[in-house]
Amino acid sequence: MTTLHLRVGFMPLVDCALVVLAKDEGFAEAEGLNLELIREISWSNLRDKLNVRLFDAAHMLGPAAIAATLGIGGVKAPMAAPLALNRDGAAITLSLRRFEELSRLAEGDPADTAISAHALAALVARRKAAGLPPLTFAAVFGFSMHIYLLGEWLEKAGLKLGEDIRFEVVPPPQTVEALASGRIDGFCAGAPWNSAAVAAGVGAMVHASVDLRRNCHDKVLAWRADDVQKRPAAVAKLGAAILNASAWACRPENFARMAQHLSAPDRLALPAPLIERILLGELIQGADRPPRPIDRFIRFDREALRPEPDDADWVLAGMARAGQIVATSQMHDIARGVFLPAYFDGIFVANQDALKK
Amino acid sequence: MASHLRILIVDANQVRAAIIEEGLREAGYDQLIRMTATTGLVAAIETHDPDVVVIDLEDPSRDALADMFLVSRHIRRPITMFVDQSDSASIEAAVEAGVSAYIVDGLKKERMQPILQTCISRFNAFRKLREELDEARSQLEDRKTIDRAKAIVMRLKGLSEDEAYALMRRTAMNEKRKLIDIARSLITAAEMLK
Repeated sequence: MTTLHLRVGFMPLVDCALVVLAKDEGFAEAEGLNLELIREISWSNLRDKLNVRLFDAAHMLGPAAIAATLGIGGVKAPMAAPLALNRDGAAITLSLRRFEELSRLAEGDPADTAISAHALAALVARRKAAGLPPLTFAAVFGFSMHIYLLGEWLEKAGLKLGEDIRFEVVPPPQTVEALASGRIDGFCAGAPWNSAAVAAGVGAMVHASVDLRRNCHDKVLAWRADDVQKRPAAVAKLGAAILNASAWACRPENFARMAQHLSAPDRLALPAPLIERILLGELIQGADRPPRPIDRFIRFDREALRPEPDDADWVLAGMARAGQIVATSQMHDIARGVFLPAYFDGIFVANQDALKK
Repeated sequence: MASHLRILIVDANQVRAAIIEEGLREAGYDQLIRMTATTGLVAAIETHDPDVVVIDLEDPSRDALADMFLVSRHIRRPITMFVDQSDSASIEAAVEAGVSAYIVDGLKKERMQPILQTCISRFNAFRKLREELDEARSQLEDRKTIDRAKAIVMRLKGLSEDEAYALMRRTAMNEKRKLIDIARSLITAAEMLK
């Protein structure tokens, strides 16, 4: 079998796991692929390098793939996703000080997202009355589940991101520093960056993404849309490797090894135990609270990897709420077309026997 | 007029930033602001109010810049990445050179194109300079390695400097290997047999 060399870009997040495992556990090699993984510094770079074919495929925010395909934000780079890479796995973390203020203002159990949102609204109102500057929240990219989840949370108390609360984009690895320096008051990001902020003693997790929405669409494996047509063998092989990695990643006995792979200096460069706790669903929360067990905090199972066109509708609704677009039916058609469930099903059927083992 | 445009250059590498600034100045732009710190980019944009932002692709604040106007109502003028969709060669050239440009308030692409071209060529010039420097450095290292190996051969075989060198070259040719590889093998062997 001839070896096919593929360059795949990724951002340092737990949800890049299946791409990392495809290489490190030999699933790609078994498909005749020589996978070269390149850690990137920004989502913009992933998009642009995929667009000019410096990368064959990329670990990508689903909403960013849709935005690039629609050409929102100036760059039109049509993409297609034959597989998702995860669902869920994000969280909202506040600085210790803001978390304390929010807890004090909560009328009831702040674990309830409506109660915490109203406490946040009370905090916003108090600051305004006292003439203090508005709070600043960050998410990891302008087009991401993280910004849309923040929007949903705030909406529960009638707050608007970008108006009642300032908004900034901070790439995942910079979130901890931004929170520590006081530049931002809170952020929504994927694992392990919430745990990293808690472990660093600068933040307290207020909600996991699953508190707001279960089975939430997040990262996909993005290809250039035309390459999906032109290179079906490469798409199928990498897809098969990812599906095999998914089956492996769902076995708890593999979590320690998986954490080890992810912790490597050229991957996440963070301690393996920090990552393993996330895989086990034991989220450290900070502010003197015990770790919180969360069932299926981040999903890598096969059902989670099927790209669903309905997710595109949720993304467009989030874009509209954030004031990024005025959605048209044509936009819906294009956005839904980014996700390719038929490709996923084809790859799954072709590998069914291997996956059952 | 080109010179009326305010250009903010964001690059942590001071030498490259200077090279870009010089290039743009030569091209007739004189309102240039250089910035090395990547935090506080939003504040810098608010303060300097540039028409164009040129940024190193390896700068993590690109994501913040990219979609700032879509989500941050506190930015007065909209910023978008400059991409000329009708010119895919220049899109590729920019990404490969490692530079991207953002325009404020829908600047016309005819005015933007020469700025981007200048930046691409300066980024490439800088990379070439660095590669040449790396090459010179590694040649110097190779020279030192070969000299060390030569000294070993001279000592062990009682040869003169020229003879030792000739022997190494001959061996390299016979084995179809590079002189530097022979030298490295000699040093490794000598270390082992010490």
